Amino acid sequence: MARWSPYIAGAGIGILTCLAFLLSDRPLGCSTAFVKARGLIGRAINADKTGTMAYYREIVPQVDWAFMIIPGIIAGACISAVLSGTFRVIVVPQLWDSAFGNNPVIRLGVALAGGILLGLGARWAGGCTSGHGISGSIQLSLASMITAACFFAGGIAVAMLLYHGIGGW
Amino acid sequence: MTTLAAVRGSSRAQLILGLLTGICFGFLLQKGGATDYGVIEGQLLLTDFTVLKLMLSAVIVGMLLFHLLKHFGCVKPHAAEGSLGANVIGGLIFGAGFALLGYCPGTVAGAAGTGAIDAIVGMCGMLIGAGLFAEWYPSLAARVLERGRFPAVTVPELLRMNPWGVILVLEAFMIGFLLVLEHLGL
Repeated sequence: MARWSPYIAGAGIGILTCLAFLLSDRPLGCSTAFVKARGLIGRAINADKTGTMAYYREIVPQVDWAFMIIPGIIAGACISAVLSGTFRVIVVPQLWDSAFGNNPVIRLGVALAGGILLGLGARWAGGCTSGHGISGSIQLSLASMITAACFFAGGIAVAMLLYHGIGGW
Repeated sequence: MTTLAAVRGSSRAQLILGLLTGICFGFLLQKGGATDYGVIEGQLLLTDFTVLKLMLSAVIVGMLLFHLLKHFGCVKPHAAEGSLGANVIGGLIFGAGFALLGYCPGTVAGAAGTGAIDAIVGMCGMLIGAGLFAEWYPSLAARVLERGRFPAVTVPELLRMNPWGVILVLEAFMIGFLLVLEHLGL
């Protein structure tokens, strides 16, 4: 089956999150990997500067559990897409095309800008949709529930502005 | 418990577990539809509720399982204190990026695995954004991140309630919310 019920896939993610707490004693989060990767790149370019930066002393740039999660996700999603015959190389998603046309430069420019804000915001808030939204909420963390609400409040506001305001939806 | 401690303490075991957890996570995200731009952006446009269904079912199952494991002493809590300056400001910046990119930090990697070039570009953006945060971290930590500390770490602490009472109320609320979504045909 190409798609599973979101309830089944979601329940699986809930169990997987608890397995990470059990076997690795840590929440299942994805944004730390981007700091580690950025730190490793920084160290390759300018080791002296990266070594003195305080944030990389807190989140050490190294290949570990928190780093491996991202190559894992890429591989897992790829296996799933190939098995269900839905692997497609696309540049402009259909929904974007319906509002803004199929110019790849515009889509990739906005994706880059969005990625910068996403990486900045995730580290600013100390986690992402899985780290705060799922792992944090599971633990009844007040900060995580507030953060997840802000992800969606900000996301809904900007998406509505983008599609209804600029895109003429 | 000694085997568990050995697994947790072995950096090689953790490296493999990180990869395996990622593979399972990516597989489930793709199967659940959450690696598709249309599904995620559709959630933010409130036309497709797949992402909310996926996240709430993960929390419904995970909350109960986590607290059972915690009751038997198998897992430790990792919840941290938060603040307006860190969680609300950071969360809103994240939200803006979420809407522009159409993926979040985990699903962007999943989308890249299904062939989405815009997701690969988004991941490059995330590296830049994470680098900016690292650059600005000393001054943000001094001026913004500690502003407006939240009064409690967890919801039961805030409400001075028994954790199981809070779990019962939240589980009922989340299940009820999903039933309403289904009833409305969303």
